[in-house]
Amino acid sequence: MKKTKVIVGLGSCGIAAGASKTYNVLEAILAKGEMDFELARTSCIGMCYKEPLVEIQDEKGKIIYGDMTAETVEGILKSHLIDGKIDLNKAVFAEEQKTPEDSFFEGQVKIALRNCGYMDPESLDEALQHDAYKAIKQIIQSNRSQEDIIQTMIDSGLRGRGGGGFPTGLKWKFAYQNESKQKYIICNADEGDPGAFMDRSLLEGDPHAVLEGMMVGGYTIGASQGVIYCRAEYPLAIKRLNIAINQAKAKGLLGEKLFESDFSFDIIVKEGAGAFVCGEETALIASIEGKRGMPRKRPPFPAVSGLWAKPTNINNVETWANVPWIINHGAEAYAAYGTAKSKGTKVFALTGKIKHGGLVEVPMGVTINDIIYKLGGGIQGDKKFKAVQLGGPSGGCIPAELGDTIVDYDSVNATGAIMGSGGMVVMDESTCMIDLAKFFLNFTQEESCGKCTFCRVGTKRMLEMLERITDGKGEDGDIEKLENLAHQIKNNSLCGLGQTAPNPVLTTLKYFRHEYEAHIYDKKCPAKVCKPLLTYTIDPEKCTGCTVCAVKCPTNAIDGSRKQIHFINQETCIHCGECYNVCKFEAVMVD
Amino acid sequence: MRITRIAETKETILAVDADLSLMRPLLEKYGKKPGSLIPLLQGTQELYGFLPPDALKAISQATGIAPADIYGVATFYAQFRLSPVGKNIIKVCHGTACHVQNANAITDALKDYLGVNDGETTTDGEFTLESVACLGCCSLAPVMMIGENTYGKLNGKSALKILKEIKSQLLTDKPKAEK
Repeated sequence: MKKTKVIVGLGSCGIAAGASKTYNVLEAILAKGEMDFELARTSCIGMCYKEPLVEIQDEKGKIIYGDMTAETVEGILKSHLIDGKIDLNKAVFAEEQKTPEDSFFEGQVKIALRNCGYMDPESLDEALQHDAYKAIKQIIQSNRSQEDIIQTMIDSGLRGRGGGGFPTGLKWKFAYQNESKQKYIICNADEGDPGAFMDRSLLEGDPHAVLEGMMVGGYTIGASQGVIYCRAEYPLAIKRLNIAINQAKAKGLLGEKLFESDFSFDIIVKEGAGAFVCGEETALIASIEGKRGMPRKRPPFPAVSGLWAKPTNINNVETWANVPWIINHGAEAYAAYGTAKSKGTKVFALTGKIKHGGLVEVPMGVTINDIIYKLGGGIQGDKKFKAVQLGGPSGGCIPAELGDTIVDYDSVNATGAIMGSGGMVVMDESTCMIDLAKFFLNFTQEESCGKCTFCRVGTKRMLEMLERITDGKGEDGDIEKLENLAHQIKNNSLCGLGQTAPNPVLTTLKYFRHEYEAHIYDKKCPAKVCKPLLTYTIDPEKCTGCTVCAVKCPTNAIDGSRKQIHFINQETCIHCGECYNVCKFEAVMVD
Repeated sequence: MRITRIAETKETILAVDADLSLMRPLLEKYGKKPGSLIPLLQGTQELYGFLPPDALKAISQATGIAPADIYGVATFYAQFRLSPVGKNIIKVCHGTACHVQNANAITDALKDYLGVNDGETTTDGEFTLESVACLGCCSLAPVMMIGENTYGKLNGKSALKILKEIKSQLLTDKPKAEK
């Protein structure tokens, strides 16, 4: 009989939810000798909302339990291993049995994430069992031509998953056609979008897939050196990448004269130092060269003159992870998924006011509603779905009315948002769209490298206008000024950061103009978020005269003695909301 | 552009104490390698917790890169600090997911309790409060990180409770360490 295996999900989010403590408890149980099992680890399977996750593999099959904290894990393990009971209500996945969470996996197609959560990311042996390095080995040993591989990539329809959506095969073709003794392959792992963590999960869960993808790219364009530019905020991803590189080198899968051929390939990891603009390819190259990460004019494109002025091909983490799968399964298998112009699958990080937050991979062409209601389980607290923000600070908001929009590059672009790298932040009626636009603009304004005037000064001026509006000082004509400036910034900025920075404002203006008008003309915030626009009053019917609000009020704006109905003096009230937070009788009303 | 982080004179006096010999292995490893300025600065910051001006001069001497260029790089990237920080860094995440789940309430509560503004260090040198763009734990939003530990699904009150626990832990650990 095969030994029972207990596997803990140790991705960054699992660890944040307490998975390391769960792992320690399991180690202690093992040391006591009451139960016998093999303890192992894996990475994120995408189900962040049920972390920490523990998987048990025994003769009953494979079962994953959710919410396995240090406190609950022992009980569930005992009932499973000793009493032989499977608690399906606590399970999130069970082979051949239904669990309450099955809807999260239905409709997902895992290509880029094929191994994430299914193997130990720090074990090369397990990766090899999951077909790692099969594609590059096959290419080299069959002496496949570079043109043929490029054609396969073009036929697969794979487009850049970092957000640009440029056909990967064509990109490779340009870098291949430029003759040079030295060329470079770069993996862009500078995932800076707030609200996106697809690349991090991929690097933590299946680093070998990314390395292999880069090797295939290197073989095709004729490069012998690869660089992974990873943001320093992802220490676990960097650690696992370095482990994977060393393992592959030790086994002769990476390095000189691979698989007895003339092809040599080496990969190094460069840590970013915290600059959002370095996600832009020319800024990223400048940063690798040790300079300030400022973008430059294109052309020349990196395919002609990139890192150290040599032909360079840059793709994002998710793109690279797709490559070995396409080589192994063929272009047709990949192109079978998706829509006419957007093939394959896309990974999304589902966050915000959603019940089932996590990482999902879906075929292109599913609708936004499908993702939110079927996979995501709907909105937290069953509130009303208001909008979804796609593409981070460069993207835009898609309102609930357009929930039937299908997810592919062209349909998403048509709404004014962009596909981006795959952050999907869901918002309910309690989110103020102007506050959100202000949030994104504050981010891009701070991250602007300062090279172009429109981006540097323009975003600052837009932010100031939005701040005025949310402070209740908006004036007639502000909306038109915002629109005018937004278009100027879009048209006159050098790189993607500036060209897309006004998108959150433009899309919220397009779909939620009435909210801007309510802020400016009625001095009201419909979502009750912008504090200067709120009025706090006390409901005399509900007030019990407990004095808690009067004691807490920082400006002594609340009058009333014990067991008397209280009253808020609007002139001294600073709208801090403290009385609303402390009232136990819901007597403080906000308008 | 982060020109706000220029070190003040008061803090540069502190930097005289930096033991520059600690940097020797780092300079030997990266000194002559092209494109190594960022790893050099990262390594230096790891040694001292920030980038002392003397260390920047030492890097300039070893690499031949002009001090102005080094300063330009050091002020460009958010990771680099030109002034010393507290022993414990509190990073409150203000990514999109945390923002819509009211990360502001956490920062406000901590600011109030510690008596510092965003980016500042408490007078006892124990805590530095920082807002960061995204810690990548979006499904646990809102989150904060104190030292190496991440705490999720917070509100102002629970964040404060965690900080108070850590503070009392530090106070009980201190006498032991002195013995």
